[in-house]
Amino acid sequence: MRNFFSVAFAVAWRVLHNVFTTPSLLIPGLIFPLFFFTAFAGGLSRVDNIPGFDFPDGYTAFQFVFVLLQSAAFGGVFTGFGVARDFEYGFARRLMLGAPRRTGIVLGYAMAATGRWLVTATILTVVALAVGMNVGGSGIDLVALYTLALFVNLAGAFWASGVAMRLRTVQAGPVMQLPVFLALFFAPVYVPLSLLEGWLHGVASVNPTTFLLEGGRSLISGSPEHVSVGFLVAIGLATLLSVWSWRGLKSAERAGV
Amino acid sequence: MNTLGQVGQIARRSILRTARQPANIIFPFVFPTALLAVTSAGLHSATKLPGFPTNSFVAFFLAFPFIQGALFATMNAGTDLARDIQSGFLNRLALTPLRGGALIVGQLAGVATLGFVQSCYYLAVGLVIGVRLASGWTGAAVLIILATSIAVAFGALGAFFALRTGSGEAVQGLFPLLFVGLFLSSMNLPRNLIEQDWFRTVATFNPISYLIEGLRSLIIAGWDWQALALAFGFAAAIAIGSLGAATWAMTLRLTRT
Repeated sequence: MRNFFSVAFAVAWRVLHNVFTTPSLLIPGLIFPLFFFTAFAGGLSRVDNIPGFDFPDGYTAFQFVFVLLQSAAFGGVFTGFGVARDFEYGFARRLMLGAPRRTGIVLGYAMAATGRWLVTATILTVVALAVGMNVGGSGIDLVALYTLALFVNLAGAFWASGVAMRLRTVQAGPVMQLPVFLALFFAPVYVPLSLLEGWLHGVASVNPTTFLLEGGRSLISGSPEHVSVGFLVAIGLATLLSVWSWRGLKSAERAGV
Repeated sequence: MNTLGQVGQIARRSILRTARQPANIIFPFVFPTALLAVTSAGLHSATKLPGFPTNSFVAFFLAFPFIQGALFATMNAGTDLARDIQSGFLNRLALTPLRGGALIVGQLAGVATLGFVQSCYYLAVGLVIGVRLASGWTGAAVLIILATSIAVAFGALGAFFALRTGSGEAVQGLFPLLFVGLFLSSMNLPRNLIEQDWFRTVATFNPISYLIEGLRSLIIAGWDWQALALAFGFAAAIAIGSLGAATWAMTLRLTRT
């Protein structure tokens, strides 16, 4: 077990060191959530005047939850890019040879994704509060919201690292991003589910991401609803995708990396 | 060989190179269409806002893919030119009688071709999903000309960045900046319906707003000469400014070699 954690910490430290000392890796992960938040919460704030839009804490808080979950998911995906780079350029081969417990590698990448996302989430939260976001939820509600996002981050990291370890090339980037992008945007992003119409309402009604968003939004407004379903989805995804990632590692081992 | 012949040779190479790279073709077609689908479905209820100019959000938002496609053209043109610099192809060309201006204009032929094909595709998608142009078939022709002009203008900008930096990664780094420019425009709501003063001000000073509004006017309003003049004017200004800057950068780069 000690070997397992020593590998995990070493991998996490290396990834975090790389990310925080390389602006081209750090900045997109920080800038994109802020710019989505600005564009959606700022540019679309009139949307809360649509008849039937009844979110109590205003459009900024409504969009904040989406952007927080999006930053969590993409924080994991961006880490997957690094995993792919490690495999493509041969570092992973040395890592596999040197690691006494290789499963620690998967945990290490996931820990790095979380460390990276925590910085993004902190900056995003500070900006949201600075522009006057209303928060109706209590401290416990907010802890639950960030915990929910943490599981989304882990799910994103496990998904992307699983893809990266199977395909072992940075060209796999779109394969990591596109499903996450679609899962996020085929949900009630701009308005509540009740205001969606047509095909998107049908898709969003069965999209698990909808439960994450609705749970998160109810937490920030202090009237928790669907939270248990949201957590069930988040934990379920993180668990299933950790298996996906672990099997990706095995696939890389079989390929002789 | 005269200048026109030189442009023709480089243009042929640029078009073939664009056509032979699936990533250059697929992303400009898939991503803007996917965003059109999710955003127009997600924000359909925004048409209920008092003063919204049409009752079809998909018609309102159809201008977006034309602009996003043009941004992809920027990346393609810039990345291809940067690759020529990094691989030493430009240095070899510098030993020939090829004129710098001919190289830039020839490179933009690939962008213009892709921009034209993209525009026809986005228009066809719009027509298939039920959008009817208020300006009729003549408006469709003007729409394609305007969209292709915008692609060439952004392509010239990409070429300038490529020549200044000589790095494909640096050109790719420009994409988030342009994407921010796109999102901080009137792409989601008309400027008079943007509630936040600062956002409306940014959108008013943002040339991309006028490019979008010119395209949009042909789709939902008919013949709005002021919107069209502004759109063609800004496209021409970006194209002329970027071509001038690219020619200057090309002179410097050829001097260095």
